[in-house]
Amino acid sequence: MSSMTIFDIAGSALAAQSQRMNVTASNMANANSVVGPDGQPYKAREVVFQMAPVPGQAYSQAVGGVRVASVVESNAPAKLQYDPKNPLADENGYVAMPNVDMVAETVNMISASRSYQANVEVINTAKSLMSRTLSIGQ
Amino acid sequence: MIDRIGEDLGFFQTAINLRQQRQEVLAANIANADTPNYKARDFDFSSALQDVMTERMRLADTKLTLTSPRHIPGAAASSDSAELLYRQPLQPSLDGNTVDMDVERVQFADNTMRYQSDLTIISQRIKTMLAALQQ
Repeated sequence: MSSMTIFDIAGSALAAQSQRMNVTASNMANANSVVGPDGQPYKAREVVFQMAPVPGQAYSQAVGGVRVASVVESNAPAKLQYDPKNPLADENGYVAMPNVDMVAETVNMISASRSYQANVEVINTAKSLMSRTLSIGQ
Repeated sequence: MIDRIGEDLGFFQTAINLRQQRQEVLAANIANADTPNYKARDFDFSSALQDVMTERMRLADTKLTLTSPRHIPGAAASSDSAELLYRQPLQPSLDGNTVDMDVERVQFADNTMRYQSDLTIISQRIKTMLAALQQ
């Protein structure tokens, strides 16, 4: 492992966390999108994180950063809202609304921003340590 | 003479190397704080340093001999120096992740401080040697 690995590790976490925040933003923005491009109500999306080992290590001893393995659609049921005057209402007068859980999304966003901050601090610490290492003996 | 100087600094070099390695492991833990089923890793610094200093018997990297192009290349790499262990979780979460952010941050800060003190000591050592050389 080279000494620059730490930047790769923390940098991958920054990218992953910001993608998570993007997905959260998309979910919150579309909390009332009754019709998506496919004619169905918008479905909340979630990121799936996966560890990405730094190459060239033994399997059992691997450390590494994180990457977004996939973005999956939540399969929570659509929220039904009673609104018989809406043209999209079904025969019982219910409109299928997106299955976005606003509270969960807010919590997700705060968690992502805290993790992002932690990794920024890791990078700052690593940077100052590296510059101090470069000035050994001066 | 030069040999002796190298020997003198060798210990610090090893120590800083291990500190750097531990810094990476802790950074990986912090990076994977939200990864499902990730298990936090760490290693025992003092025993790792002892292992390196006493030059513990380490198996060389091995590869299978391939006598046919259809053989599957197999390779076994021995670990760098420190043996990574799994951290005992204080509060395991439901998704199987055992990273405890408080513990990791404290360990990271602690490791940073020790790395810096190693750097300070090595700088002082070099200055002392330079002073001796200039007498």
